[in-house]
Amino acid sequence: MTEEEVAQAEDRLGIDHTPPAKSWMDPGVEFRKGTYCYPGAQKHLNYLKLPNPREWQPGGEDWKLPENWKEIVLEGMKDRLSRDRAFGLFLDICVRCGACADKCHFFIGSGDPKNMPVLRTELLRSVYRRYFTLSGKILGKLAGARKLTEDVLKEWFYYFYQCTECRRCSVFCPYGIDTCEITMMARELLGLVGCTINWIIEPASNCFRTGNHLGVPPHAFKSTMEFAVDEVEENTGIRVEAPINKKGAEVLFVAPSADYFASPHWYTLLGYLMLFHEIGLDYTWSAYASEGGNFGLFHSKELAKRLNAKIYDEAKRLGVKWILGGECGHMWRVIHQYMDTFNGPADFLEEPVSPITGTHFENASSTKMVHICEFTADLIENNRLKLDPSRNDHWRVTFHDSCNPSRGMGLIEEPRYILDHVCNHFYEMPDNTIKERTFCCGSGAGLGADENMEIRLRGGFPRANAVKYVHEEFGVNLLACICAIDKAAFPPLLEYWVPGVDVGGIHELLGNALVIDGEKERSTDLRGESLGGKEGETNV
Amino acid sequence: MNVVYSLVGTIILVSLASIGVGLLHWYSVFGVIIPYAAIAAFIAGFVYRVLKWARSPVPFHIPTVCGQGKSLPWIKADNIESPYDRAGLIARIALEVLFFRSLFWNERVKLKEAYKLLYSRNLYLWLGGLAFHWSLLIILLRHLRFFLEPVPSFVIFIQVLDGIFQSIVPVIYNSDVIIMAALMYLFLRRLTNAQIRYISLPSDYFALLLLLTVVISGLLMRLFFKADLVKVKQWAMGMLSFHPTLPEGVGLLFYIHLFFVALLIAYFPISKLMHMAGIFLSPTLNLRNDSRMRRHVNPWDYPVKVHTYEEWEGEFREAMKEVGLPVEKE
Repeated sequence: MTEEEVAQAEDRLGIDHTPPAKSWMDPGVEFRKGTYCYPGAQKHLNYLKLPNPREWQPGGEDWKLPENWKEIVLEGMKDRLSRDRAFGLFLDICVRCGACADKCHFFIGSGDPKNMPVLRTELLRSVYRRYFTLSGKILGKLAGARKLTEDVLKEWFYYFYQCTECRRCSVFCPYGIDTCEITMMARELLGLVGCTINWIIEPASNCFRTGNHLGVPPHAFKSTMEFAVDEVEENTGIRVEAPINKKGAEVLFVAPSADYFASPHWYTLLGYLMLFHEIGLDYTWSAYASEGGNFGLFHSKELAKRLNAKIYDEAKRLGVKWILGGECGHMWRVIHQYMDTFNGPADFLEEPVSPITGTHFENASSTKMVHICEFTADLIENNRLKLDPSRNDHWRVTFHDSCNPSRGMGLIEEPRYILDHVCNHFYEMPDNTIKERTFCCGSGAGLGADENMEIRLRGGFPRANAVKYVHEEFGVNLLACICAIDKAAFPPLLEYWVPGVDVGGIHELLGNALVIDGEKERSTDLRGESLGGKEGETNV
Repeated sequence: MNVVYSLVGTIILVSLASIGVGLLHWYSVFGVIIPYAAIAAFIAGFVYRVLKWARSPVPFHIPTVCGQGKSLPWIKADNIESPYDRAGLIARIALEVLFFRSLFWNERVKLKEAYKLLYSRNLYLWLGGLAFHWSLLIILLRHLRFFLEPVPSFVIFIQVLDGIFQSIVPVIYNSDVIIMAALMYLFLRRLTNAQIRYISLPSDYFALLLLLTVVISGLLMRLFFKADLVKVKQWAMGMLSFHPTLPEGVGLLFYIHLFFVALLIAYFPISKLMHMAGIFLSPTLNLRNDSRMRRHVNPWDYPVKVHTYEEWEGEFREAMKEVGLPVEKE
């Protein structure tokens, strides 16, 4: 391909990785439709008792900030600098080596230089310099310092809600500087003056009230579970149980609410139900803790803690021994790295032990919560499941490592181990795009709304591009993943970039392969598709 | 533009030393007072910065995990990229500090043709950074010969080793050649790579220019405008024992070299150069991935308003009873 052709190709995508002539230090951002989210609605801020509830528009001139907004933000910064080492340290020690620059999916997909992690942070760091460092106070712009103005605040809103907190940049940073931490802080500061987005604040407020992001009340939760039980019966001839709020069960199971209310998550739910039935697990769902995910995390640590509290509270009320968690990304960031600190110690629970295999999950000895992939991998390793992987032969599968399970907890081999046993055709995407170097779906951290679809598609481009590679090379037609946001974000993303690839969960594939004692012969998979294969769709 | 600011600043500083020493003969200012002041600023600033970081707590357990975590016994955990014990953690930090492990994995992404991203290993920055830091360390160790009497054997050993491929006199040390090349690379990289140029601040160029001036003035002294090393050593020993004397007959170049070393160390604590200490305190790097095994305590944790089960059941009780969900209060 000649230089010119490359340039033309880039042009079609509208991606130009060459920075503009204008210095980044001049604030100013164009709120172009398709690149930003709607603001947090007044009623939800009110319900959560968050600051400055009002109706406003990011594209509008007047953001209706409180009169002393600047003091609030700077005071908030000062407070956070003294309370969190990572914040100050990451602002201080960056050498602008640029290793992170082309590691961000938003930069790769948009070419906007302020999406380079280093510059995203610099947007906030420049304000830090101006008000909290000697050289910034004296030398000003020469030292890379900027005054905090409304334009700067608007820029923060735009770019810190254009970061999915995926931590990929942190992997490549020689000091481990994590833009996720900076984004979290920036969003907390924006939250102090009421600048938040509705796609975060509405699920959070729903979750606070009903127990889950989707706002499903307990009676509806029950009927949707009954519906799932019916569907399992239809498919397998087996009537499974889905106990809810059952006191004295051994295990509390918590999954992201999308699993029981969205597609293709639904099939993963069916997989869970079949698995628990087959092994005879004494467990319960909870209608109160009916959400594993935590959109509070995308607003502030405090809101994350408020939403997370109900998991331990419910485990205590129901008197379970330990907790099992479903397929979800940021839910596991919270559970693995925050929950015990937020709402522990969970000394009323016991170290998780698989009642089927007797395996002690020592890695969860303090938090007392086990990832379903760890649980299932242990079952398979101990030969407790009868599996027929040929029932997934219509799928050619690749696995997308979700950001948080990979870079937040190191859950890398367990899902692959399960896939190894439940399907016959598995293909990895290129090394640069999997495991700790995995690319975000582009919709994490609360950015999975509809109104920002352009930036979601751009952010998802590197991932989709790797999927396209295995699709063309090996005929991959299913992207398996263990994150509810992935399962919601990928269908439109792949439809756009690489049509012909579906999205599913690990436990959906497990459900297909799982031979349940006494089941009828299955003619379809959990999606109702004939097991004969998806004719015409594979292009091997 | 930012590079121009830094260049102009550097030229002004060189002129300052030249005028101060060459014209005004302020030998004791440049030979004694400024070096002492710089060292004092360095120590005070360094300690202040480190204490400031160290005093702020690490409320949450946030290691960036880059490998398989420790879970089931039959799954091989990566104790370096996802350390679960002290040895693994030390190895992770050591590999990062000594060999820049993260940069070693650096890659470049390019949109090669329509809708096709290509990734390629990019070792230049790793190589440039490693070459610079290691040769700087060796040069610093070599300089110990000015401050220690008798000169320890390891310093002599390093010195011999560093000149091992040289047969000309005066010896051009390998580290001198490498540090020049590395600094030039790092400097030119900032200028020529459009992305890096865009993110570079004046201070980014300035740090490199300070270092370059130190290295160039030192090299010039070694190769062309020889300083009397015996006098220099007498001066250094005098400074160390707080009985400062001036190195007589030592040329302007020595004072420029010294002035820029003083600038560099005085500038150190107020600049990004503090990454040297900061890397050890980075919570994404210096924590084990064991947060489900061991509880991490947040020292400023405070109770928050939650929506209790009672409040929740209170809102939905009737509907729950209707569908047969168990309730606490009838």
